[in-house]
Amino acid sequence: MDNILVAREVSKQFGKHIALNKVSLEIPKNSIYGLLGPNGAGKTTLIRIINQITYPDQGSVFFDGKPLESKHVAMIGYLPEERGLYKSMKVGEQALYLAQLKGLSKTEAKARLKYWFDRLDIGDWWHKKVQELSKGMAQKIQFIVTVLHQPKLLIFDEPFSGFDPINANIIKDEILQLRENGTSIIFSTHRMESVEELCDYIALIHRSEKILDGKLTDIKQAYKNNIFKVGLGLKNVNGLLEDLHDNFQILHSEYIEDGQQLNFTVQLPNSDTGALLAKLSGKGNLNNFTETIPSTNDIFIQTIQNKNLYE
Amino acid sequence: MSKLALIIKREYLAKVRNKSFVIMTFLSPILMVGMIVLIAYLTKINDDDIKTIGVLNESPYFTNKFKSNGPISYLDFREVSLESAKDSIVNMGFYGLLYIPDASDMEEAASASYFYTQDAPGSSIIDVLETVFTKQLRLQRLQDLGVSVADFDRVDHNFDIKTATFAGQQNLKGLNEIKAFIGGAFGYLIMMFIIIYGGFVMRSVIEEKTSRIIEVIISSVKPFQLMLGKIIGTSLAGITQFAIWIFSATILLGVVIAVFDIDPSALNAGAENAPGFSGAAAYASTADSTMQLYANELFKIPWAMLIGFFMVYFVLGYFIYSSIYAAIGAAVDNETDTQQFIFPIILPLMLAIYVGFFSVFNNPHGPIAVGFSLFPLTSPIVMLMRLPGGIGEGGVPLWQVITSIGLLIGTFIGIVWLAAKIYRVGILMYGKKPTYKELFKWLRY
Repeated sequence: MDNILVAREVSKQFGKHIALNKVSLEIPKNSIYGLLGPNGAGKTTLIRIINQITYPDQGSVFFDGKPLESKHVAMIGYLPEERGLYKSMKVGEQALYLAQLKGLSKTEAKARLKYWFDRLDIGDWWHKKVQELSKGMAQKIQFIVTVLHQPKLLIFDEPFSGFDPINANIIKDEILQLRENGTSIIFSTHRMESVEELCDYIALIHRSEKILDGKLTDIKQAYKNNIFKVGLGLKNVNGLLEDLHDNFQILHSEYIEDGQQLNFTVQLPNSDTGALLAKLSGKGNLNNFTETIPSTNDIFIQTIQNKNLYE
Repeated sequence: MSKLALIIKREYLAKVRNKSFVIMTFLSPILMVGMIVLIAYLTKINDDDIKTIGVLNESPYFTNKFKSNGPISYLDFREVSLESAKDSIVNMGFYGLLYIPDASDMEEAASASYFYTQDAPGSSIIDVLETVFTKQLRLQRLQDLGVSVADFDRVDHNFDIKTATFAGQQNLKGLNEIKAFIGGAFGYLIMMFIIIYGGFVMRSVIEEKTSRIIEVIISSVKPFQLMLGKIIGTSLAGITQFAIWIFSATILLGVVIAVFDIDPSALNAGAENAPGFSGAAAYASTADSTMQLYANELFKIPWAMLIGFFMVYFVLGYFIYSSIYAAIGAAVDNETDTQQFIFPIILPLMLAIYVGFFSVFNNPHGPIAVGFSLFPLTSPIVMLMRLPGGIGEGGVPLWQVITSIGLLIGTFIGIVWLAAKIYRVGILMYGKKPTYKELFKWLRY
């Protein structure tokens, strides 16, 4: 089995509102999977179905090849978007309680908590009450509690909201480390740029439907438009720009530094850059030549626009 | 440890370790005793306050019939006008003036009499004055009919009938009221417990919602387990509190028995002579032995049965109500939004208490009492008020007890099921106060 989680045509309706419409997903093992889409698209409903907090009206979910059932909650770690802790309970006691609810024995939970508290350098928080902690500190505890029972699948809903940049980086590193150790991870967020660099796979959810999914690099390849940004230090060549306009589709151009430097954006008919480079050779010093890769956000907007075109 | 046990343990400890719980547990008995002492003290002060009433009697009747007694003292005015008597009463700050004008006979004098006061007089004072008038008028009328005062004294005394059951047990007057009162105390206890601990359950659910831990928890356990664990844990904390109170009350009772020297074995002996009870013996019995009889009757109330049924009705009633409280807590975001939902819950509880005190006291086995002791939302309270009379002959028929518990169990299952559905949806809903219509919709999610 290559997939840790498979959803087949999952639908869920609340009254008249359709929260999910026949969504199918395949989440490969040992990868980071981005579940992306705007607020209210249905991401949280899907995640709650995976966590068996709600149940689908139609469709089925398979965990590690078997139909999802209640014993699987011990193999899933979930950091919800709406997350918190009991305010008047002590940190250590609370972490122990939550770990035991996930099925760990008390001694096992204690040992692992000690390891994580030392690792994140918060060992002296054990006897503090949660209300004495800052929001960022509480988030660390929540992260530990989520990963403590060494789940096969980790689900983070808007993981970086509420973290300051330093702690966000610490958590990011921990998540990458967890993937190294073989855990599969689902990221759900509406801020697509925040997880782009982390994800191996993504699925775009829009208005209760999945509109796109696959390997992130494949998607980017498919969505790139052969647009290149070029910067050229000119050697007093006249008529180059006109010449380029005649032969290529120049989207944008500008002279800077008193006409010494030409920057332009060009769209090529295919990925072959030979003709362009031949034209430029000898005309100056090429100091920038980059292919513009669309961001996930661009892909998302483009997909929605294409979809609306077809409908 | 199972997940349910873990939840129960956490909820129990969270409650018991709470400072306000500890303070409540130890302070409320002290407050209770303090209140009783205070009320007794205030009553005593009130009684000590002697009211002086001036009597201006211009008639030849009623002379020396107004004798200072208890809270009233009389002051005779002679040879003054009504106006100056009034003035001096006001000046001296006395309570009032009784004016009896001169008349040709007693009836006329009485009906022309007036009682003047600064403000409207208290009814107890008027009672006292009227009693004196009534007695004198009656004496006068009897004398007019030719009955001598001596004859009248011989005729005029109250009679108390003695009662016994067919089984031959002597009944004591007011015993039914005492029994109903004890049942009422149990019922009242249940109502208070439901309101207080139901409120705790509700607040605890709201706390989980506002602290946003709820979704973390229910990704590990079923919402129903969490609700059940919360209700059980909170009620165990309540039972702990009651156990502490009962324990300290028992010790207190022991102290009282030791101090006032009531002999429980003598109490038991006193009850056996009921059938052959002679009139002479009744007159001979002192106040002490009457006390002994009452105490004995109290000892004979089937306490074990009563406490057993108290537990049954308590647990079922509490579960029904607290699961409703849990559902309310889940449906709202903060406590201020709970009012509209709480009122319909309190209503049957209040109804049970009032019906209990007004109807069950007078007629423990009448149709109203039976109806309310079968209806599941009121039965925990009303049935307990009836039960001190015993079960079976002379008490609550067995079928009623069984029916009432059966209905209660059925309702319990139904309500918990409904509440769990609302709870399951509500705990994940934030931001708006739901209407009853929406709650109804949640049942079908």
